[in-house]
Order: sequence, then structure tokens, then C-alpha cells
Amino acid sequence: MTVSPELDARFREAAAAEGLLDVAYDLVDTPVGQLLVAVTGRGLCEISYDPDEEREAESLARHFGARVLRSPRPTDEARRQLDAYFAGKRRGFELPIDLSATRDFAHTVLDELARVPYGELTTYGALAAKAGRPRAARAVGTVMNRNPVPIVLPCHRVVGSTGALTGYGGGLERKRALLELEGAIIPS
Amino acid sequence: MELVSVPPFERFYEEQKGPVLGQLRRLLGRDAADDAFQETFLRALRAYPALEHGRHLRAWVLTIARNVAVDSRRRERITSTEVPDLESVDEPLPYEELRRLTAQLPEKERAAVFLRYGYDLSYEDIGNALGSSSEAARQAASSGVRRLRRKELP
Repeated sequence: MTVSPELDARFREAAAAEGLLDVAYDLVDTPVGQLLVAVTGRGLCEISYDPDEEREAESLARHFGARVLRSPRPTDEARRQLDAYFAGKRRGFELPIDLSATRDFAHTVLDELARVPYGELTTYGALAAKAGRPRAARAVGTVMNRNPVPIVLPCHRVVGSTGALTGYGGGLERKRALLELEGAIIPS
Repeated sequence: MELVSVPPFERFYEEQKGPVLGQLRRLLGRDAADDAFQETFLRALRAYPALEHGRHLRAWVLTIARNVAVDSRRRERITSTEVPDLESVDEPLPYEELRRLTAQLPEKERAAVFLRYGYDLSYEDIGNALGSSSEAARQAASSGVRRLRRKELP
């Protein structure tokens, strides 16, 4: 029996409106490709590039609870702000972020990362120092690689001490595109 | 038995929404089925965190759907301003009869008979719900029926 799109959408909306979801997510099209954007009751908990929807749902369920459902409404605000960011009309995000699945040092590093301003670059070492462990540049690299909410927590603004872009969870092309959008580097 | 973990609700919903709507339409007709569909999955969401494993999820959600359908008929009877067709409403649902009849069967046969003759599921669906092959589901159902005919219950 085929469930009509209207009936399907009505349930997905009701599930979120009744507060029954651990995680609501949706797929969002952006200039850097399709993103999966997920939110919990506490805030934005994941943005992923090139999402494999089923795998992401499994991973979200492990971290936040099994009631994971694609439901657009709860992700609307994040989508609006991402659209404005990519349109060059927004320089910072005002979204609550749920880092409850991130612990200790990684949490501290991500808090510091949130303070790196739009259009500016910092280095892994500088971020490590701000997080209280100046020699932990490599560990900071790992934290950046596992950043649950790239773009909003701007790990693309973190580069190597020589200024090389080094690496990016979503691929270097995207890091370059985001930095070009922000005017932090000259388009190549 | 192999441990089957509870899948993310998204996957569960995608797998079960078709069969649930099919059953609700058979029980309630097209219009009432739409409301019951939403209520069924909202109830499933409320109960979801208490699930201990991911086996028999189809049988589970079809049971919820049946309960929602029963509630919806009851409500209809109370609120209906038309002359109610009491005879048909008060008639025990075939499920209740079937539930009583099959109560003494071994678990797997009971489930197979119930899903086959109560829910009109295909053996393939029953196999999926019970975590076995469709052939095993067919055998369980027919052996349950034979047992009922002989009234030879363990």
C-alpha cells in the first residue's frame, strides 16, 4: 500500500510537533553539495557532507536515541541560516548546538573554534593553545576532522602553520570554497 | 537467538508504513484510515524507547494499528449522530475470536496463524515479522491450523 506524500508529511510533522523525536533531520541543498542537517531538542547536533542517509540515521540513533526521523520543520531555522550564509548575507550562526555526544578536550576545542571570526584563519597550534594544550596541534586536527557540525562550527578556518589548507572532513575543495565565500583566501 | 537491535525509527517507519496503511484501510475504510495511520505511528513512537530488541516489529506495529482501529470504531459509535449500525459494531472483532482460539498454540504457530488469518499478511511478510523464511512461516501456520482442527493443544 502506497502512503501518499501528504499523509507521510503530516505524520513527520506531527511526530516533531508532539516532541516525540530524539533527532529530527533533513537533507539540505547548498552550493557545496547536499548536507544532512540534524537537530535534537537541545540544538543542532550534526551536519554531514555527502550523507548516506541510512548510515547517518544509525549513527544518530546510537548517540542520541533511536527515535530518529526525517522531519523538515525542526531543521527550518538551521536551513534558513545556512541559505543566508551561502548567499553572503550572514556572517555568523545563531543556533543552539548540541555537543552532548562530544567529550572533554574535543568539547573545549570546539568551544574555542566557535570563536574564530568569519573570514579569518587560525592554525591547529593556535587553537590547541587556546584550548589549554599548546602541543596538541595534531589532536586538534583530529577534533576538526570529527567536527559534528562543520560550517556552523568553522573548522574550515583552521589551517596548517605554513598556511597550507591541510585537510578537511568534507574535502579540500569545499574548504577552499567556504574560505573563498568568506573572502579569507583569494579565489584560485 | 541472534540479537537484533532496534533500528532508527526512520527505517522502521519506512518499512512498516505501507503494511500499516493497508491493514487500516481494510479495517476502517480509506478516510478513517488516514487519521488512524498517524495515531498508530505516534503510539509506536511513544513506545519505541521501551523496545528491547528489533524482532517482530511488523507484528508489533500491526497490533498497535489494530488497537487504534478498535478505539476509532468505539469513538465513532459514541459520537456518531447517525443511526448506528450497532449490530455490526458490537460484533466481536474476528481478531478477538482468533486471539482466544489461538491462545494455547505454541508461540511461533500462534503468531503465524494470527498474522495469516487475522491480518491477512502474506507468508513473506509473516516470515519477515517473525525473522524466518516464508516457507517456515507457511509451515508454522498450517501446523497451527492442523493443531486447532485436532484440538490437540500442548
